[in-house]
Amino acid sequence: MVSRRSVPVRKLSLDKRLKTFEEVVLGYTESEALEEAKRCLKCKLEPCSKACPLNIDIAKFVEYIKERRFKKALEVILEKNPFPAITGRVCPQEVLCQRDCTLRKLGDPLAIGKLERFLGDYQIENNIMDLKVPEKVKGKVAIVGSGPAGLMGAVELRKLGYEVTIFEALHEAGGVMVYGIPEFRLPRRVLRFYINYVKKLGVNIVLDSVIGKIFTIEELLRDYDAVLLATGAGTPKFLNIPGEELNGVYSANEFLIRINLMKAYKFPYYDTPIKLGKRIAVVGGGNTAMDVSRIALRLGVEEVIVLYRRTEAEMPARREEVENAKEEGVKFMLLTQPIALIGDENGWVRKVKCIKMKLGKPDASGRRRPIPIPGSEFDVEVDNVVIAIGAEVNKLIQRTTPDLKVDRKGHVIVDEYGRTSIERVYAAGDVVTGAATVIEALAAAKKVAHTIHRDLHGGD
Amino acid sequence: MFKILSNHIIAPEIRKIEIYAPEIAKRAKAGQFVVIRVDERGERIPLTLVDWNPNKGSITLVFQEVGVTTKKLGRVKKGKYILDVIGPLGNPTEVKNYGTIVGVGGGVGNACLLPVMREFKRAGNYTVSMIGARTSELLILEDELSEVSDELYIATDDGSRGYKGFVTDLLKRFLERRRPDLVYAVGPTIMMKVVSSITKPYGVKTIVSLNPIMVDGTGMCGACRVIVGGKLRFACIDGPEFDGHQVNFDALMNRLRMYKEEEELALSLLEKSIKR
Ligand SMILES: Cc1cc2nc3c(=O)[nH]c(=O)nc-3n(C[C@H](O)[C@H](O)[C@H](O)COP(=O)(O)OP(=O)(O)OC[C@H]3O[C@@H](n4cnc5c(N)ncnc54)[C@H](O)[C@@H]3O)c2cc1C
Ligand SMILES: Cc1cc2nc3c(=O)[nH]c(=O)nc-3n(C[C@H](O)[C@H](O)[C@H](O)COP(=O)(O)OP(=O)(O)OC[C@H]3O[C@@H](n4cnc5c(N)ncnc54)[C@H](O)[C@@H]3O)c2cc1C
Ligand code: FES
Repeated sequence: MVSRRSVPVRKLSLDKRLKTFEEVVLGYTESEALEEAKRCLKCKLEPCSKACPLNIDIAKFVEYIKERRFKKALEVILEKNPFPAITGRVCPQEVLCQRDCTLRKLGDPLAIGKLERFLGDYQIENNIMDLKVPEKVKGKVAIVGSGPAGLMGAVELRKLGYEVTIFEALHEAGGVMVYGIPEFRLPRRVLRFYINYVKKLGVNIVLDSVIGKIFTIEELLRDYDAVLLATGAGTPKFLNIPGEELNGVYSANEFLIRINLMKAYKFPYYDTPIKLGKRIAVVGGGNTAMDVSRIALRLGVEEVIVLYRRTEAEMPARREEVENAKEEGVKFMLLTQPIALIGDENGWVRKVKCIKMKLGKPDASGRRRPIPIPGSEFDVEVDNVVIAIGAEVNKLIQRTTPDLKVDRKGHVIVDEYGRTSIERVYAAGDVVTGAATVIEALAAAKKVAHTIHRDLHGGD
Repeated sequence: MFKILSNHIIAPEIRKIEIYAPEIAKRAKAGQFVVIRVDERGERIPLTLVDWNPNKGSITLVFQEVGVTTKKLGRVKKGKYILDVIGPLGNPTEVKNYGTIVGVGGGVGNACLLPVMREFKRAGNYTVSMIGARTSELLILEDELSEVSDELYIATDDGSRGYKGFVTDLLKRFLERRRPDLVYAVGPTIMMKVVSSITKPYGVKTIVSLNPIMVDGTGMCGACRVIVGGKLRFACIDGPEFDGHQVNFDALMNRLRMYKEEEELALSLLEKSIKR
């Protein structure tokens, strides 16, 4: 008889969590993985693989886990996804592979993410890297951006026989995975393992290079056969309400960059400061808002309040992170929209003026649209506000590349194969879709790598 | 890693540094800046491109040692390296023939004025430079500025060189008699604010080069946001130059104060460690 419940995953104890940036979810042990794998029903229809953007053969790797053939199981994943220790940790499995799992009819779906992560960790522990690349060089490709899309594009193109150079604007590679997602969700040793893997494959990663400034796309096209834009959606949005210029107000990106990239939590040992008081309001309901809130608690902020304009059911954050945030003590004020930030005589933010919302008819995103309730204004007292309402595409490249067609929101327009309006220039990831997920960026980049190969060499 | 080719004191607490950065040297334009990081624990700070030499592959920066990063940079000797130099960032100055241009500089801003006036001159403008400092010792790049200026005026707060008083007083007097086509100001925020308020009643187009706190310098964080014409703009990608008559300077000055205590703490710790 199959158990209705998944094997629960061990987590760091609450008191330890709030004092460190150590990873919270500890992952399955071998015996836990075996036990969970046994729950798989091996359905013929494989709804899990179908829902995976990379079509990983899930039933097959789970079967190998059952047989304790972990290396084999890992190889099944690596055929499709070079970064299992990352995706196993950050994918929103509840809306992808685990969504249509037959076991849900009984109770919990199979914990596919946890099993993937188990194999990813097995890979890192045993330093397993697939370094086979064709000897003959078929051409040269420049990739702009070293986030998930850029790294995936690089791996795939290397394996197809191309010489690849990644240009990255920041002083570290990894995109959102290095500057955005905190260490307690994605330890840097995991990211380092994969960056190192990409380098070992022979990919040249050039840091500190802002394309559009140091080299234009036109210049890159002179030196490379193709250019892949994987620049993400990294420009923070503001609410456009009064008071956002006040001190004490951060965009989520600034907050996260100061912490994750510049290590402001170690100030003054590290030189970059961050200035937080006792009570902070975080505006938004996505992964970013959860990450900011949980970091703030670890930095000693006493009260963290998430202000979100819809209800919990509409929050775009991964389910697991909302639960973790609640466990750690993050408070939620739902159906609440800020309408102004109010400062003191020193120009420091002190209050968020809010209005209550109710849900109306579904909007374009399929979620019910929030509508303000007249006369329901109220103030929340704060020492800081972090605005985590999303990010948009950076206009920097566009400005020096007038021929590059973008839509109203600045997303690069591509055909179904990832080709942009400029010949030999391709795009994948958040720069095309707007802020999305790691796995979608990986899947898109993989597809585009094959388009590039096809366009340059008629390969498939 | 970027090699330091030279590092000199040119006035008390003001240094001129030359860095090997050939790709930046090839592409730099007047009005742009770089972001630098000295070492692994270092902060990222913006500094204006004052000069560049594509043949030698070098860029020149001039900076005032005001805090931890600038002090650390000041201590990197010739032949040694700093970790990161990112650029050229920001939009270049729009250089064309306007007619007569008055450039106003204050403090280390005089260095930032130099490349801009040089390009204005090259484009055929009649260039008038007004430079100010607290005292004569702190007046920098006077000769270089004089070379690219048809007229050069000097003001010091203590009267040890030129006019005794603020450089903005010189501008006020100038405007009483003559009408330039453009005023360009770079220096302390308060100076740029005063310049803009002086030129406004005359309706003279005024460009200011803003210096908010930055982190990435590429439009990713919004730390550099300023209010221009009532709207939030990012100085690193929308600027750093803006129409002075549209800038909310008070908001900018407030933002520049945000980390005052942290800056003082970090500086005192650095100074202790240097002494030890
Ligand atoms: C805080 C946070 C938490 C998240 N959590 C999750 C999660 O749990 N699960 C999940 O699936 N997704 C999550 N996401 C979303 C996910 O991280 C993104 O969808 C994904 O990283 C997109 O990948 P990308 O490669 O397209 O872009 P990015 O990861 O944004 O990488 C783009 C890279 O390009 C560089 N770049 C930009 N412009 C230039 C230029 N002009 N020249 C050179 N380089 C340039 C940038 O510096 C950056 O390194 C999260 C996002 C954030 C912000
Ligand atoms: C586009 C741009 C170009 C710049 N060009 C130059 C330049 O060519 N030469 C130069 O000396 N400086 C320049 N600045 C200012 C320079 O970036 C700061 O002086 C530097 O960041 C200080 O760092 P610190 O760690 O040494 O000092 P901190 O400890 O950070 O600060 C010490 C003192 O400097 C003030 N300060 C901090 N940041 C700034 C800032 N961005 N602008 C003005 N004052 C600040 C603080 O309020 C404090 O009083 C520029 C700034 C910008 C935005
Ligand atoms: S410095 Fe980060 S957006 Fe301008």
